[in-house]
Amino acid sequence: MASELRYTANTQLEHLHARYTGTGHADISKYDWVTHQHRDTLASIVGHPTLTSYLAIADGESLGRIRFEMTEKMLQPCGPPPRRDED
Amino acid sequence: MSPPGSPRLLDSFTAPREILQEFADLAEEENVDPFAETASKRQIAARQSDYHNRRFDRVAVSSADAFQDSEDGKELEGGYKDAMRLSRLEQEEQRVKRAIEEKERRDREEGKMKMDLDKTPPASTMDAEEFIEAAIQDGASRKRKQRWDETGEEKSTGEWSKEVLEASAPKKRRSRWDCYSQQKPVPGETPKLELPMVPIIMNAPGVMQEDKHNRYLTDEELDIILPATGYAIVTPPPGYTPSIAPRRLMATPIGAAAGFQIQESSDAAAIAAAAGLAPDLPTEIPGVGNLAFFKAEDAQYFAKILTEEDETELSVDEMKERKIMRLLLKIKNGTPPVRKTALRQITDKAREFGAAPLFDKILPLLMERTLEDQERHLLVKVIDRVLYKLDDLVRPYVHKILVVIEPLLIDEDYYARVEGREIISNLSKAAGLAHMISTMRPDIDHADEYVRNTTARAFSVVASALGIPSLLPFLKAVCGSKKSWQARHTGIRIVQQIAIMMGCAVLPHLRNLVDCIARVRTMTALGLAALAEAAAPYGIESFDNVLKPLWTGIRLHRGKGLAAFLKAIGFIIPLMDPEYASYYTKEVTVILIREFQTSDEEMKKIVLKVVKQCAATEGVTPSYIKHDILPDFFKSFWVRRMALDRRNYRQVVETTVELAEKAGVAEIVGRVVNELKDEAEPYRKMVMETITKVVEKLGASDIDERLEVRLVDGIIYSFQEQTTEDQVMLDGFGTVVNALGIRVKPYLTQIVSTILWRLNNKSAKVRQQAADLTTRLAIVIKQCGEDQLLSKLGLVLFEQLGEEYPDTLGSIIAAEGAIANCCGHDPNEPALPRMTPILRNRHEKVQEASINLIGRIADRGAEFVPAREWMRICFELLDLLKAHKKGIRRAAVNSFGYIAKSLGPQDVLSVLLTNLRVQERQSRVCSTVAIAIVAETCGPFTCIPAILNEYRTAELNVRTGCLKALSFVFEYVGPQSAYYCDSVVTMLEDALTDRDLVHRQTASTIVKHLALGVAGLGCEDSMLHLMNLVWPNCFETSPHVIGAVMDAIEAMRVTLGPGILLSYVLQGLFHPARKVREVYWRIYNALYLGAADALVPFYPDLGELSEGPNVYDRHPLQAFI
Repeated sequence: MASELRYTANTQLEHLHARYTGTGHADISKYDWVTHQHRDTLASIVGHPTLTSYLAIADGESLGRIRFEMTEKMLQPCGPPPRRDED
Repeated sequence: MSPPGSPRLLDSFTAPREILQEFADLAEEENVDPFAETASKRQIAARQSDYHNRRFDRVAVSSADAFQDSEDGKELEGGYKDAMRLSRLEQEEQRVKRAIEEKERRDREEGKMKMDLDKTPPASTMDAEEFIEAAIQDGASRKRKQRWDETGEEKSTGEWSKEVLEASAPKKRRSRWDCYSQQKPVPGETPKLELPMVPIIMNAPGVMQEDKHNRYLTDEELDIILPATGYAIVTPPPGYTPSIAPRRLMATPIGAAAGFQIQESSDAAAIAAAAGLAPDLPTEIPGVGNLAFFKAEDAQYFAKILTEEDETELSVDEMKERKIMRLLLKIKNGTPPVRKTALRQITDKAREFGAAPLFDKILPLLMERTLEDQERHLLVKVIDRVLYKLDDLVRPYVHKILVVIEPLLIDEDYYARVEGREIISNLSKAAGLAHMISTMRPDIDHADEYVRNTTARAFSVVASALGIPSLLPFLKAVCGSKKSWQARHTGIRIVQQIAIMMGCAVLPHLRNLVDCIARVRTMTALGLAALAEAAAPYGIESFDNVLKPLWTGIRLHRGKGLAAFLKAIGFIIPLMDPEYASYYTKEVTVILIREFQTSDEEMKKIVLKVVKQCAATEGVTPSYIKHDILPDFFKSFWVRRMALDRRNYRQVVETTVELAEKAGVAEIVGRVVNELKDEAEPYRKMVMETITKVVEKLGASDIDERLEVRLVDGIIYSFQEQTTEDQVMLDGFGTVVNALGIRVKPYLTQIVSTILWRLNNKSAKVRQQAADLTTRLAIVIKQCGEDQLLSKLGLVLFEQLGEEYPDTLGSIIAAEGAIANCCGHDPNEPALPRMTPILRNRHEKVQEASINLIGRIADRGAEFVPAREWMRICFELLDLLKAHKKGIRRAAVNSFGYIAKSLGPQDVLSVLLTNLRVQERQSRVCSTVAIAIVAETCGPFTCIPAILNEYRTAELNVRTGCLKALSFVFEYVGPQSAYYCDSVVTMLEDALTDRDLVHRQTASTIVKHLALGVAGLGCEDSMLHLMNLVWPNCFETSPHVIGAVMDAIEAMRVTLGPGILLSYVLQGLFHPARKVREVYWRIYNALYLGAADALVPFYPDLGELSEGPNVYDRHPLQAFI
């Protein structure tokens, strides 16, 4: 299929997709995919003030701290990347 | 038969000899190919200037792959060091040559007799000559010999490299016949050479085919003819080069003693073909098949595959070579399908073939003199594709590729330039920066300006491909080079080219780039201009360092230098803050005004440009322009002479318009309006164009009453006085009158009588122009309330409908349409019956204008025309759906809408639905669009039942047409489709489960439009149903189908929400089959990009997958109050 569609718009679409963070591909690892999900979740919390204040009340923290923590957590939300087995 | 005995009759009766001769001459003349001229025009080399053709003089060296060889631990051959030494040698040679020329010139000036080469030179000249000779030997030959020792031992890998070796060989062969006297020849024997080093100047001009009878005697032949002793071989004078270097395609074997040799039979044909002796060129080559064409020049490159060979005798490499040649021939000369497959094959097998065999074949082809655009394009394409595959294997070929590709960068054809850029950028990505720099470095201070120019351009491409920062240190070094001015010049040129090519992308590195070239001279000024233009409107602070030298420069320099400086300043001033800009403008204006009087065309252009740029800056006040610039400006540029040169003309107009922005309409128009009555027509045109542009931009409210009178008077005068009917006058008239609006009322009678008079002119062009003017003025005449004038015009135009010239007729109908547009249809005019026959006119302009007119009548006064007449027009319109021009088809389709609106949809619809049965695709497609438009204008409920009914027809075309019509309907009606959603579901079910691919594709398109239309209107249940039917199609591979299906799924995201879509997608994201995963991930990505944030609550809970340090729970979402 790849050869058939090589020169059509669909592959261009694929290239375009690949430019954005958070998109995936057929060989993505579980870790990578979930990490993206977590980052999106955290970004969503920081981006929606209502969600932030909900979490702040639940945790009993200030808004600023929650925002800070969420932002900090985005670095490695699911811990360090697992070691790749040699192949 | 004549009876016996009668006087002898002629055997045959024929025309006198001279008449036959005449016919023969004629026939001979006819034999001349009338396209020979054009054929040579198609050739790139024939069309280009001498400068462009200097590319044939270039010599490519193979550049060693430093990375590759160091791995093998071998000594580098032909590496950077050698390349540098080579280029230094060339420079030295040039220097010596110049010294010789200089000396000769001096000698001549001193009145010495120029020494005759045949005579023994007097002692004094001898001395000088010896000195020069010594210099040559000292500087060049010794080193050169060394170089040849190296390369001589090297095994040449292919034809190309051999040719290159030969090409770069010294012009003088190391034979006894021209070796310098320090080497005593052994009598009786010509020193044998290891390799026949025949000098080939790459396809030297003018010697396309070697003339057998007229060629030079070779040294071997001389050996045979002449005795061994008793004479001395005289050295040619230094600096002598044969005027035409003989070109040998195949090195003549010199092993055998002498005399006649029989060529091997297989080669003979090829050589004959190469020499152009075989007149009938093959179009069928064994193993290649039919070709589109085959040129005589191709034979020499493809000689090996022209004859049948026993393939079993060939070695693997030879087989490979033949294979490559066949593919290349297919690509270069084949028909499109042949070419396509060959291109794919050569791409896929590129690594298998290897870089050497591929480029050895491709590059010489590209240097062929008779290359045509199409061939070059294809070969460049091959290189591009192959580059991708070969990646770092290309390294040894970088310089060779550059030599062939760089000329593309200065080609006059835009696409060739783009192609060249792309190749070089791919090349630099494949070879890497270090390798590119080391390969191109020697060319930077090459003696030939052409080489430096192209190299600079190539470097700028490398910079854009690999990023400016990586190239900056190198640039800095080059621009600061102390050794040669050429290197500095090229360095600055690279910066200039980078700025031109990358535009505002230079901003982050602006200061560095400016500092690189900070020493101000002419070239630098041009570089700065390019940088400032690219950086506009930012980055003034980066130019701080150069401002002062620039400003002192414009006071010091004259001529070309000053022009460059002014150009740079012109581009820098717009970047400044207003107050600085105003200050600097005042400074520079003095110089500008002085240069207004220049006679240098180039300077004139630059001055105009700078004035324009200064006028556009914020800090320059209107009063300053009015008092200080305008008087001198008008005095020196608004003269008749300026209108004669096209480029000056345009520049003056542009600058004046720019000045008008500041100085105001009245000021400028007031200054030029009297010139509308000038006696020179080109000048009047220039004035008219300026007024048009100024009024168009700034309106006419600034123009007072007295000026208005002069203006309208001038315009009418110049319109009447024009001898060539020109768009400029028409536009000017229309623009000014429209800008004045109701203020033209007092002049309307005069204007209309001019038009009426011109409408009856005997020249068709004049009539056409008058009609066009009517089109433009109709709305203003209506605004002025002069309905009477308008209907008078309409009447005259109507009488003119019998016009015979189609262009004029088209204009007349368009004018009629414009009048009908502003005053509505006049029921007294039986316009429509007159239009029906005109619709059959084949001329596109007439067709378009008349359809528009009909549409307008249908829109505004349909009730005045009987229904039967409308139906007749409907049938006529169906024919027009076949028109080539899109505008006509669109107009026809729109007219259907108007007619349906006034007549009711039934009749029109039945006409259109029946039209779905016709053979022609275009006609059917247009019918579907028309159906959709009818549906839009008359409400979908009138059409959808009819379409659904028609869908039940067994005919495939009709069903596809119905689907298509439905898709357009839903596209046009948007949210209204919510009412019809349930009624079409069963039909869509049928279509989406059809075996026919196109059915499913079109149905998917319908689903897309439907889904987008009903989003948020509560049709989720039926949409989900359709979604289930669309989904399995996501594995389709045909491009159009998969495109439509993806679109439908995308639309479903909008209607159903991303959560539901995600639940579909999750099933296959980690499917064991890669083919499934690929498709699902593509859908996921589309989904993600469309609604990333909305997906957050729908992601599955993956906490149980946590392992070790990786915790996959999304804890923040588990908080609960």
